[in-house]
Amino acid sequence: MPGDDIAVRTEDLSKLYGTREAVVGLGLTVPAGRIFGFLGPNGAGKTTTIGMLCTLLRPTLGDAWVAGAHVVREAALVRRRIGVVFQEQTLDQDLTALESMRLQAELYGLSRPAARAAGTALLGLMGLDDRSDGVVRTLSGGTRRRLEIARALVHGPRVLFLDEPTAGLDPQTRAAVWEHLRLLCREHGLTVFLTTHHLEEAEHCDRIAIIDHGELVTEGSPRELKSVIGADLVTLRTDDDERVAETVRRSFGLSTETGPDGVRLRAPDGAALVPRLCAELTVPVRSVTVDSPTLDDVFLHHTGRTIR
Amino acid sequence: MSSATTSTPGSATTPGSTTVGGGSGRRAGPLATDLRTVRILWRRETVRFLRNRARLVMGLAAPLLFLFVLGNGIGSASVGLGHYQAFLFPGMLLMVVQGPAVAVGTVVMWDRQSGFLRQMLVAPVRRGAVLAGICLGGATTGALYALPVLALAGPMGLPYHPRLLLVLAEVVLLAFALTALGVAAAVCIRRPETFQIVSGLAMAPAMLLSGALFPVGGLPSWLGAAVLANPLSYGVDALRRTMPEPDTGVPTPAWFHAGPQWWGWTPPVLLELALVVIPSLLLLVLAGRRFARID
Repeated sequence: MPGDDIAVRTEDLSKLYGTREAVVGLGLTVPAGRIFGFLGPNGAGKTTTIGMLCTLLRPTLGDAWVAGAHVVREAALVRRRIGVVFQEQTLDQDLTALESMRLQAELYGLSRPAARAAGTALLGLMGLDDRSDGVVRTLSGGTRRRLEIARALVHGPRVLFLDEPTAGLDPQTRAAVWEHLRLLCREHGLTVFLTTHHLEEAEHCDRIAIIDHGELVTEGSPRELKSVIGADLVTLRTDDDERVAETVRRSFGLSTETGPDGVRLRAPDGAALVPRLCAELTVPVRSVTVDSPTLDDVFLHHTGRTIR
Repeated sequence: MSSATTSTPGSATTPGSTTVGGGSGRRAGPLATDLRTVRILWRRETVRFLRNRARLVMGLAAPLLFLFVLGNGIGSASVGLGHYQAFLFPGMLLMVVQGPAVAVGTVVMWDRQSGFLRQMLVAPVRRGAVLAGICLGGATTGALYALPVLALAGPMGLPYHPRLLLVLAEVVLLAFALTALGVAAAVCIRRPETFQIVSGLAMAPAMLLSGALFPVGGLPSWLGAAVLANPLSYGVDALRRTMPEPDTGVPTPAWFHAGPQWWGWTPPVLLELALVVIPSLLLLVLAGRRFARID
């Protein structure tokens, strides 16, 4: 069984629907107190994995432990120790924000005064103090999302699962949600396990696992993953792409790709290469761009296609 | 690998350094947990009921319309049917509680659709207790709907007799049974549209063939069989036999109490109630199983 510093661990975790493999042989280790991102395109098996970790789906094969308890054999224990925010909205439209909080808290066994106190405190933490008496139906999308996160935390879980937490939110609200999540991790030692298909969002995570077609592709911190690519992408727009490609190959020993957007090549320190490159080239250069590697490059590198 | 996985349940009481909210709180026994779950879900239903004024008005309007317009109309059109309004009374009680029962079913349907129930499913509570709480909430709202109708007993030709309290108790029981039926249907049917069609198709004939609107004594045999097979018939008859006799001064006609009979034998009121409550409880248990199943 994983120790206290491991929030989630899976071994050979698999889920089959008939013969369709939703998740295959997943082995994950999520350290406690971090934000862990589960990145993959739609339909990659992210939600199925969350379902198994939250005890809503029974794994076909393999094992998983969440907050120190086994998801099948000790499901009740897991449920008590986790908070879940689903992809779709699960608030009760007719209740007020505070009522939603109290209902959830009491459902997890908090006494009425404790439920009220915890509800009020978390609404404050998520910046919803002034909305506590607002009926959910009347709240905006971003407010509802924050309320859902607050509600998932009201019983003091060790691990918070978020399925696409900022889907459909405007950039401002998205930033606010992220700020709150980081605060929770830093100050309360909470582990956040979230799924996303947004690359920008994955950048915020301490660690990322990339999943595709139900299989783990790679895992690490965003920096580590990008360092595997090891090089910046330099794109040149010139009058004669063929000649440029030839020169780069001959003088710098770098392989190139020629596409509609010009000549693309990868180099460890792209910005430093540009002046030397331009000095060598005899063809007029119209523009040069240098991009450091993105997670999309990482995804492309491992799966041979882009995530979008 | 997966050998050493046993963890003492007691460790859950010490969430350790990771507590954000109120902690995991008291640990109660399983029965206490179930009762708490039932209470919480019950409260949610009643809060929703009181908050939705439009539903409240609509739920009362239709039965009262029936009671006054149909009751007065038919009662005055035929001298022999002078007791018709009083006759209609139990049927109207059933009709008002049927409204919230279907409404609760619809809510469960949408809760499932919207994901509210998933939120319940990841909570450390028994799913059966969740359903029981929802049904009790439906029973309570049903009874609240029935109160204004009961208050109109006098104008309907029924004396204000303590037996009306017994009627109220029966209404609560029947409301619970009907809600259980609605919830069971909602759990078993996947699409809200289908649920609406099914509840509409099922409720109309069930009301018509229950003895709520006309005496079922003189029906042709095939319709009579349908009446006997209809659980609502027993509910209506139980209510009618429990409520006080109409105080119109004239003796109550024989058709008034011509309820369902089994080969000439009239089942006692308690058995009639059981015939409504027990099948719906069974259905609810089955629904609970289905609801609890994880794929």
